[in-house]
Amino acid sequence: MNLSITKRFFISLFLTFPLLVEMILMPLGWSLPGHNLIAFLLTTLIMLLSAQPFWRSAWSASKKHHANMDTLVAVGTATAYFYSIYAMLFHQPVYFESAAVVTTFVLLGQVFEERMRKQAANATEKLLKLQAKSALVWRAGQYITLPLAEIQINDQVKVLPGEKVPIDGVVIDGHSSIDESSITGESLPIEKQVDDPVIGATINTNGTLIIKVTKTQNETMLQQIVDVVKKAQVSRAPIQKLTDKVSDVFVPIVLIIAIITFLAWYLALHLPVGQSLSYSVAVIVIACPCALGLATPTALMVGTGRSAKMGILIKNGDVLEIAENIKTVVFDKTGTITQGQPLVTDVFGSNKNSIIQLAASLEQLSEHPLAKAIFNAGHDAKITTLPVNNFQSLTGIGAQGMIQDHSIVLGNNQILSSDTKISNDFIQKTVQLEAEAKTIVYLSVDAVVIGIIAIQDIPKTSSKAAIAMLKSRGIKTVMLTGDNQGVAKNIGQSVGIDQVIANVLPTEKAETIIQLQKSGTVAFVGDGINDAPALTTADLGIAMGSGSDIAIDSGDIVLVKNDLQDVTRAIEISQKTFHKIKANLFWAFIYNIIGIPIAAGVFTNSGLTLSPELAGLAMAFSSISVVFNSLLLNETRIQ
Amino acid sequence: MTQISVLIVGIILIVLITWWFFGKHQVETKEAKMEQSKQIIDIKVDGGYSPEQVIVKKGIPTELRFTKLDNSSCLDHVVFPDFGINQALPQDQTTSIMLNTEESGEFEWSCGMNMFHGKLIVK
Repeated sequence: MNLSITKRFFISLFLTFPLLVEMILMPLGWSLPGHNLIAFLLTTLIMLLSAQPFWRSAWSASKKHHANMDTLVAVGTATAYFYSIYAMLFHQPVYFESAAVVTTFVLLGQVFEERMRKQAANATEKLLKLQAKSALVWRAGQYITLPLAEIQINDQVKVLPGEKVPIDGVVIDGHSSIDESSITGESLPIEKQVDDPVIGATINTNGTLIIKVTKTQNETMLQQIVDVVKKAQVSRAPIQKLTDKVSDVFVPIVLIIAIITFLAWYLALHLPVGQSLSYSVAVIVIACPCALGLATPTALMVGTGRSAKMGILIKNGDVLEIAENIKTVVFDKTGTITQGQPLVTDVFGSNKNSIIQLAASLEQLSEHPLAKAIFNAGHDAKITTLPVNNFQSLTGIGAQGMIQDHSIVLGNNQILSSDTKISNDFIQKTVQLEAEAKTIVYLSVDAVVIGIIAIQDIPKTSSKAAIAMLKSRGIKTVMLTGDNQGVAKNIGQSVGIDQVIANVLPTEKAETIIQLQKSGTVAFVGDGINDAPALTTADLGIAMGSGSDIAIDSGDIVLVKNDLQDVTRAIEISQKTFHKIKANLFWAFIYNIIGIPIAAGVFTNSGLTLSPELAGLAMAFSSISVVFNSLLLNETRIQ
Repeated sequence: MTQISVLIVGIILIVLITWWFFGKHQVETKEAKMEQSKQIIDIKVDGGYSPEQVIVKKGIPTELRFTKLDNSSCLDHVVFPDFGINQALPQDQTTSIMLNTEESGEFEWSCGMNMFHGKLIVK
């Protein structure tokens, strides 16, 4: 007969109830009429219905030379039960209630533990539930509802306002803002228009979108995140090796201690058999290998699950211990500290709109990054571009063309040839802007400079705060870049970085990290696409995602959201999880180290004893407390 | 007299426990049987895993069929850390786990509380 743990618990509780009442009322002089017989009958039922699975499981395990928690419960309850039958027949004091109560308490513990373990493990299931179940797919001239599994790459899917984006894709029609918080943790909705990528399981807020599917159901970003989290949750933290060793020998050693306890009380201290046995049963029952076994995995599960919800993917348990010791965090400059795309920062001249309009018109056909920055500035200022005649690209200099019958030239200082006029105001401004490490572009109309445009790859808004957060934790910050010293220093200063290492070729990044490792554990933060060697060389590789472009394979930690402050959060949650594991292990060890001697009666002289019943209760709560402590990780404050 | 015999029984028990649980014992090992395009192994979950050691061939998809007979809550999950698998095993049912055994090596698995262990050897 196979009853669930919950059923076994309730049967046991119901049948134990009269015995519990008696235990409480006994000191008041009341006892159950016909105590022995009733106790025998009730306990026998409990043993048969509730405790028997422990015995069965312990027996099959011991046949294979294994011993576990069930072995202890089985030996403990069986000893108390069978001795009591013997004692009843020979009219000696019986201990039926020990067997009954211990069974009830152990089952109570398991009922709670099972619930909490489920709670600790369900982070990934929760993530997968974010997915939409079906989608409106274009088939044979109309949109029909299909389950996700039937969607193929390049299918056209319609996403209505208020609905979830069913799958990863690219917008081909419509515009809307999308709430991506479920995947990236980013709280502000993001504007999407044609050509923008969208992520499955995010929420479309106000417009209707038509998207072209780019990933099948099993390849979506959500699925990849779930896979990473699943893997991390079952990975083994190195600290666990200790408990692996202990748990191998734990149960047999407890059994041996219990025998020694009995021998000591019975032979050396001449206690009656029943009382001596009761001490050894208490030893067997209080010992809890479960708490040791649960200490690491539950904390790892809750920690990695929680961080995934924040858009921080921790790949495995090793990371936690490394994060604990981080001394230096090295950042890649372009795309990590900075936006990665040059932006127009200053426009100088008498008519700024006209400067941007002419420049953007000239550059609308160019693909150069600086040209793109200028064109985007025009786009942002909602300027309509003018037609250009005789467009000509000047390699290494800029571009020129005719707009409304005027000769327009846009480019670097090489356009300032002898016949181009430039006023002193412009020259002074140029000196000032170049000191700020900005790239200067001149605009001349009919050989007269009428404006200058400054362009820079500016730091992300979150960079300064992120670096301050790291510094406040006593971590040294370093920036690596291929730029020259001047530009690099300027950016470094503006975000408050400790050390700038400039002129580093991409191939030298890993080399530089090895140098830095001489003074302690190093974390490297990069974009995960170009920085793979540096990410693997560093003790801890943190790969930053940007939008839907996430290099999930690289790095030990992957940041889904393009926010540098998540670096500190990632380190913080890793440290907190690691501390939680250590605390769990400490309590689990201490509990056994203190509990077993007390149960064995070592402190009887000072009045400290533990009946098997209380030992059972203590055992139940020790594993519950470990799981509960791990669940508290969900509630700790992360900056 | 009783005292001495109790002492002797106690010592014998201690020796037995030590020998039974700490002594070297043979591990039950089984090789996979081929079925169409995959290799299949049936594993009984009852007080641990039998077989405890499984040998499979490299490069052929492997299906491990766990049948859980034991009521112990310890064994209600099986965990393969190297494969990122943490699978619940419902009572008295057979649960299949598909593994992609592309790399040779030894891969441990364990129960949800890391008390019982098994080993997958890919050759």
